[in-house]
Amino acid sequence: MSLAADIDSPRLLAALLDVLAAKGIAAPEEIAARIEITDRASPALGAAMVARAWTDPAYRALLLADGSRAAEALGITMRGLPPLGVLANGDGVHHLVVCTLCSCYPRAVLGYPPFWFKSAGYRARAVRDPRGLLADFGTVLAPTTRIRVVDSTADYRWMVLPERPAGTEGWDAARLAALVREGDMIGVTLVQVGVPTGSPS
Amino acid sequence: MTLAPGCAVRVRDDWPERRGPCHIRTPHYLRGHVGEVVRHLGDFANPEDLAFGRPAPPRPLYHVRFQQTALWPDGRAGDELLVEIFAHWLEPTQ
Repeated sequence: MSLAADIDSPRLLAALLDVLAAKGIAAPEEIAARIEITDRASPALGAAMVARAWTDPAYRALLLADGSRAAEALGITMRGLPPLGVLANGDGVHHLVVCTLCSCYPRAVLGYPPFWFKSAGYRARAVRDPRGLLADFGTVLAPTTRIRVVDSTADYRWMVLPERPAGTEGWDAARLAALVREGDMIGVTLVQVGVPTGSPS
Repeated sequence: MTLAPGCAVRVRDDWPERRGPCHIRTPHYLRGHVGEVVRHLGDFANPEDLAFGRPAPPRPLYHVRFQQTALWPDGRAGDELLVEIFAHWLEPTQ
């Protein structure tokens, strides 16, 4: 790691971009466009998908069958990205997403991961002690709820479709989307009514 | 090899990292353990070859479910782990 700290990152990046352009692999404009898409993504995109699924049964079915198509249906660019899988909480099952091998994360629909998602502590405890980890996030599940930890090890990216909270009957999709935080779509928290939105980080 | 949903499979107890440079998407904590195929997720270029710039033919990728009690001595009954594993890391159990 000390080697990486010594590297002049901007010079290295410039050299890499030059080589990619010279070999015809990727033009600077293509890379800039992709960076812009990545920077623009945020948990608000995933929250909009969740809220739509809560209010539109046909969209919910599409979301669970093919997350990438469901994202594209809301105008999110998925071309060239890993397929998105969505797993629904409910019926006594709670999903918790982790990437023990590195930092796979559904960036197209949630943006950059929270800092703790890539930490060794989160990655190890999610699989080894998921209930203890949820307790640290203040998340309490019903005693009969089973946890299904989802380790993103390969070509998919996974997002959780949380349960719609009680007390939101009659709400429209925009009002519902404002309730959904990034942690709810990773599975470390449950959607709550009356809690300030935004990242727990 | 086609693995049907519900098929019991064992993750190969193999440790290529002991034989030399490699890139493996099969977590160490699952090697040798028995799980159950949930579904075929599609075929994807083998990352073990991609990582070294070698020709990487598509390999079947499966979602496999493991019981937490099978992995950890203090795992809670009913809790599960769901992991993507390539077919060449899975072998049917008897």
